[in-house]
Amino acid sequence: MSAEAKDLDVLMRRPSRFAAIMDSDVVYSFLHSRITIVAAIVTLVIVLAAILAPWIATQDPYDLRVLSLLDSHNPPAWLTGGDWRFPLGTDDQGRDVYSTILYGSRQSIAIGVMATLFAGMLGISLGLIAGYAGGTTDAIIMRAADIQSTFPPILVAMLIDGTTRALFGEQRNENVVIWVMVLSIGLGFWVQYARTVRGSTLVEKNKDYVLAARLIGIAPVKILFRHVLPNVVGPVLVIATINLALAIITEATLSFLGLGLPSTQPSLGTLIQIGQKYLFAGEWWIAIFPGTALAALVVAVNLLGDWLRDALNPKLR
Amino acid sequence: MLAFIIRRLLQAIVVMLTVALIAFTLFRFVGDPVNMMVGIETTAEERAQLRQDLGLNDAIVVQFARFVGNSARLNFGNSYQFKTPVIDLIADRFPATMELAFASALLSLLVGIPMGVYTALHRRSWLSNIFLAASLIGISLPTFLIGILLIFLFPVTLGILPSFGRGEVVRIGLWTTGLLTASGLKALVLPAITLGLFQMTLIMRLVRGEMMEVLRTDYIKFARARGLTDRAVNFGHALKNTLVPVMTITGLQLGSIIAFALITESVFQWPGMGLLFLKAVQNVDIPIMSAYLLLVAFIFVTINLIVDMLYAVVDPRIRIDARAA
Repeated sequence: MSAEAKDLDVLMRRPSRFAAIMDSDVVYSFLHSRITIVAAIVTLVIVLAAILAPWIATQDPYDLRVLSLLDSHNPPAWLTGGDWRFPLGTDDQGRDVYSTILYGSRQSIAIGVMATLFAGMLGISLGLIAGYAGGTTDAIIMRAADIQSTFPPILVAMLIDGTTRALFGEQRNENVVIWVMVLSIGLGFWVQYARTVRGSTLVEKNKDYVLAARLIGIAPVKILFRHVLPNVVGPVLVIATINLALAIITEATLSFLGLGLPSTQPSLGTLIQIGQKYLFAGEWWIAIFPGTALAALVVAVNLLGDWLRDALNPKLR
Repeated sequence: MLAFIIRRLLQAIVVMLTVALIAFTLFRFVGDPVNMMVGIETTAEERAQLRQDLGLNDAIVVQFARFVGNSARLNFGNSYQFKTPVIDLIADRFPATMELAFASALLSLLVGIPMGVYTALHRRSWLSNIFLAASLIGISLPTFLIGILLIFLFPVTLGILPSFGRGEVVRIGLWTTGLLTASGLKALVLPAITLGLFQMTLIMRLVRGEMMEVLRTDYIKFARARGLTDRAVNFGHALKNTLVPVMTITGLQLGSIIAFALITESVFQWPGMGLLFLKAVQNVDIPIMSAYLLLVAFIFVTINLIVDMLYAVVDPRIRIDARAA
């Protein structure tokens, strides 16, 4: 902002940006929906717990030196045989379930967020290009989207996972696995972004500001990403929130099926898979606690997505 | 109408060919098919001979054409793990997946539609609120978690209903069915609920939304003004019109039920195609992977086609659009 504009701002006593945000419809609808506030708090708590895991966990579940098989299969602390060193019990390797849930949520959320970002970037770019270029380019991209949407994302992810298993063989270490998961989950979800963005781009590209930009000779790429993109991004946010929940579910499912993160670096899905084996031995805590954490996270993010969709939908106002 | 059907058929064929190309690429270029088929003690000459016999030295286009031809005749080659024809393995497990898929589709319709109608008609009742809250959970929770919670609740805690397998099955020709024995039916309960819950909530929300929209329209007001009973208005007029989108979604969901069955099959160790595919992915058994891929794509495309045609039959506007286009 230039100095003049700043002076003008002061002169006109425009409300600050913060006040403007607080006054908007979106914030209004947020503050008047109790369930959304609860969902936001739950999401915040889980995300914070995941970020702060190294400081609030009671042990480092990845550090094999602190694990002892003598501590394995401990029930939660309040049951007979429980130990307060392990508030939610331990798994078959003597890992503290509480600490492992914290570290596991970290993996789940990180992969979910990165996959959503990847799917978003891919889908938005393809949608912008398809809508703006039209013709053959548009037809090819949208047919690819049609074919892609024939397959549920989980199948796409499984196929890519299986393919990399064949290509990398034994070299598939833990770092590669995380990126394979981000890639395979992201590839399953780009279609919805592409379709939405293409639709809005078709509308935007005939508006005067785009014509003006083209007239003064701005490169198409710059027009797309600097001028058109900000105007089509609203619905994308809604899709991204709902997709985040789906990406977390997909990651958990893949890990549960034994195709995701290895049991040495468990995500929530891996933990539930380990726990399932001991469900019949009465050791319910290994599966049920991580399951509850996953359920709370996914339901909360979904509720936030629902609210965002309603709040940004002008038809409902 | 004929032009519409032909156009849809052509589209379906293009989709199938694309999927076949992906499956072929998987088979041909991910790992060496010859190395996968033979042991370490096979000599170089034998390998070369096998390579020649399999036609792997031909031009890629010829190989692809042969692959499509073989696949169309359901010849998917031999599994790397079991050394038996893939089609036999799939045919063996096909009935289990189908019975599971249809049981859960039926369940989701029989429970989902009444729940949707109820919540649309009695919007403020406490039961509607419970249904809606439950539907949120059903739509949010991953399938495998629902399965585990059900196993924890019924077989583990209450000690009723089996938690794995298909129970006793009866063989009728090529088809094995669990629907004729008590243990088979019992074994079906939990997997069918697990698989159907998502669809059930989806159908419930859809019926509720459509029904509420239809109830606001003028012809419903007119029907009430004519003095028709609530029952005739709600079920004769309103419900009938909500069923068109429900039919589409159910049809389309049937495909994803079959695909998602693999998660349920894994949780309950249900001996279906999904479990076979899952083991194939874990063991890099490419012939099974590509056959499953083609099969699922085929089921999807066929269902899409049928739904499109049914839609055209039910909704005259689509026929007119198709003629105009």
